[in-house]
Amino acid sequence: MAEAIRKGPRARDLKAMPGFKTVAWLCIIALYLPLAVLVIFSFNDNRSVVRWTEFSFRWYEAALSNDGIRNATWVSVKIAFVATVVATAAATMAALATTRTASFRGQGLAYGIINQPLMIPEIVTAIATLSLFALIKTATGVTGIGYLMAAHTAFCIPFAFMPIRARLEDMTLVLEQAGADLYATPWQTFRHITLPLLMPGIVAGAMLAFVVSLDDVIITLMVAGPGETTLPIYILGAIRRGITPEINAVSTILVGVSVLLVVLLFFVQRRMEK
Amino acid sequence: MKRNTTIAAASVLALTASAALAEGELNIYNWGNYTNPEMIEKFEKEFDVTVNLDGYDSNETMLAKVQAGNTGYDIVVPGDYMVKVMIEQDLLEEVKPNEMENFGNVDPKWVDVWWDEGRNYSIPYQWGTTSFTVDTEVFDGDIDTLALMFDAPEPLKGRINMLNDMNDVINAGLRYLGYGRCNGNPDEMKEVLELLMKAKADWRTMDYSTIEKLTSGDVDLSQTWNGAAMRARAQRPSLKYAYPKEGFTGWMDNVAVLKGAPNLENAKLFINFMMEPENAAMTSNFARYANGIKGSEEFMDAEMLEAPEIVMPADAPDPDFVTPCPQEVVDLYNKVWTRLKQ
Amino acid sequence: MTETSLSAAHREAQARATRTRYGLLAPALIIILAISILPLGITVVYSFLEPGTYGGVVWNFSTDAYVQFLFERDIFDDTLTFDPAYLSIFMRSIGLAFGAMIGTLILGFPTAYFIATKPRNQRNFWLFLITLPFWTNLLIRTYAMLLIIRDEGFVNISLMKLRLIDSPISILYTDTAVFIGLIYSYLPFMVLPLYASLEKLDFRLVEAGYDLYASRWKVLRHVIAPLAKPGIIAGCILVFIPGLGAYITPELLGGGKSLMIGNMIAIQFGSSRNWPFGSAAALILMMLVIIVLLIYAASAGRGRRTHG
Repeated sequence: MAEAIRKGPRARDLKAMPGFKTVAWLCIIALYLPLAVLVIFSFNDNRSVVRWTEFSFRWYEAALSNDGIRNATWVSVKIAFVATVVATAAATMAALATTRTASFRGQGLAYGIINQPLMIPEIVTAIATLSLFALIKTATGVTGIGYLMAAHTAFCIPFAFMPIRARLEDMTLVLEQAGADLYATPWQTFRHITLPLLMPGIVAGAMLAFVVSLDDVIITLMVAGPGETTLPIYILGAIRRGITPEINAVSTILVGVSVLLVVLLFFVQRRMEK
Repeated sequence: MKRNTTIAAASVLALTASAALAEGELNIYNWGNYTNPEMIEKFEKEFDVTVNLDGYDSNETMLAKVQAGNTGYDIVVPGDYMVKVMIEQDLLEEVKPNEMENFGNVDPKWVDVWWDEGRNYSIPYQWGTTSFTVDTEVFDGDIDTLALMFDAPEPLKGRINMLNDMNDVINAGLRYLGYGRCNGNPDEMKEVLELLMKAKADWRTMDYSTIEKLTSGDVDLSQTWNGAAMRARAQRPSLKYAYPKEGFTGWMDNVAVLKGAPNLENAKLFINFMMEPENAAMTSNFARYANGIKGSEEFMDAEMLEAPEIVMPADAPDPDFVTPCPQEVVDLYNKVWTRLKQ
Repeated sequence: MTETSLSAAHREAQARATRTRYGLLAPALIIILAISILPLGITVVYSFLEPGTYGGVVWNFSTDAYVQFLFERDIFDDTLTFDPAYLSIFMRSIGLAFGAMIGTLILGFPTAYFIATKPRNQRNFWLFLITLPFWTNLLIRTYAMLLIIRDEGFVNISLMKLRLIDSPISILYTDTAVFIGLIYSYLPFMVLPLYASLEKLDFRLVEAGYDLYASRWKVLRHVIAPLAKPGIIAGCILVFIPGLGAYITPELLGGGKSLMIGNMIAIQFGSSRNWPFGSAAALILMMLVIIVLLIYAASAGRGRRTHG
């Protein structure tokens, strides 16, 4: 501390911004407060999610033996995974095509189309999609979960697109040009230069898409067919009869598993880096 | 990334293929968290049928999906007015439950109902009432009046939750003022709006999650369904369900088969199955409402049989089963509702 | 090489670039055109029809849905009078969405900056930390939030313990609660794009700023913020537009006594049984959003030109 003062303003940490760290920590704590409450109530002995009585594992047992919840959780994760992967891939390609180029005819239109799912309240898209899918089902006879995945993919695209595009914009072409000068094929250039540079944007976009898909209620409610109840739909249906901490238990398990997976991934990555 | 895309594409294909029609299936579309899983298991075992169960949140959601067509569902559980609407729109299969083996178990008072005269399409599933429940420690006067919601006494001011439902709130207002339901009279509806606007100042919230509102102590009175009131009382024993003298809503959900049901025969088996007293009782024990099947009492939980929410006092008015209203009336209701929540 | 063959090669390269561009755009555009824009066309058609008796539409052309949005047909003599009810619902939603956007920006910027300046191998971990709470269900999360901001909740008890307040402040079931709820729900939508943009920030530029004896605030304002502009814009769009249609959070935390646009539109497809009006209201909302974006794009375009 004293040293920093002696060296004067030149030596101050370039990156530090007063108060930013505090705000960031406050935000993170605030984000985790509800999660903490949720986890605590998953151990509530009472059937209430708003009034604490005493500690118990009964809702974990209940959740694990409840076919409805188990299926719904599995369907949710499955759909979110497929929608995230497809939407992120499509969004990355679209972002590469529309950013860092001289403006071209139809660029504005392309932006408009990609962002359209954001622009209209879900219920309207849901009703209209329902009508459309019913027509297709009648015409082709094809049914299945593919419809629901397609619908999720569509509204996930803009959420994945935005961070990727923000990342790409102003990213210079210098490195890629250097690559091309060294006779790298366009694919090699993409694989070894553009993609690594773009990765933070892709990760951010994929995470947003996953969250958005996991939480969707209205479109899912309208589009889902037999056996395609997702967790949010299950919970929505339960509201009138009272929500039990089973849902908290499932949420806690879901969070726990994802933490585990990420920690695992983290270690694998470190091993690979070494 | 390329590999991921391939995996994704493959899994989409695999999942799409898995939904092909198999024999021995039954697809049920019921209100969420309203079907006893043990009862479903029993049906699966008895008839060697795989059941898919999904939930909806409102009659209107279900109707919108069924109207669009090709839902893949066999069984739906529409409310009373919705049965009438669906029959009128030719969305239900006339499966003639009244000729089925177990039909004799249906309580005669639920046979000639206005939504399905003689029961050619549907059978009773669960029925209940929509009134309100109040904490008698907070307010110890006479609770059997709608005045508690519309002209709240001092201790209940700002401690009231109403259902966030256009029809339930407006119907209660109409009853309090003594006007008829499905009211298209603009003058009377104006009065209703004024009443609601004035009363709204004393309401804390308008929300469907009445059990959470009551048990968390956020409110001391909530408009609610009788089964929910019973569940709330289990956690807050001083709650009492009211049977207001001005009247209250009655409702019945009914099991019906969709037109073009892919598994019609299994659906018919299910209808007959649901009229067995033991199976109806299983539903009641789970969903906490009465079922309209004679003889089911002996299989029902004891606490259900004596619950004041289920067993109506002799002097209570008859529950009022509200018919679907014409479009002009709905438009008028919608105006009142928008003004109220503007 | 002659000049003509050069320009031919150039043309060929350009044609190839165009093909690549459309090839890359194709998947996203096809998915959205088929699954979102096509239904939008259906919505436009619905908005010019008459409501069916029990939901759905009747195939008669009518502009009633649009008239109904602004005017009220008098119940007695059929004359039209201006009706501000729907407009005021729109204004409330716009205000809340805008507030949430500003709130998430104020909180999200420092958070994104904090993550972006962490060592490279830790950044993904921090991002994960930000999104993890959102892997749980919105409804359950909102109930948890309800417990925190109740009169006897965590926030009030903490404030009282710290002796900042003497009696609990009522937050739950007020606009403040809705505001807090929206900021909470949409914070990652702001942080993630901001991070994507800030992560590549070149700190040599910041250093140059300090070399010129700029204050921290000036560096932030004139160096960092302009560089993060794409992220700020993306974040604002991702918060503002979905915020307009939000209603689960506002209903639960605000107590449900006032309508939001999203809910107003949703009940038209439910108990109000007026699909054309619901469609028309949704299209009006979309038009509003597009106009705002166009005004923004026009002003941004002008700004870019003046800067050179």
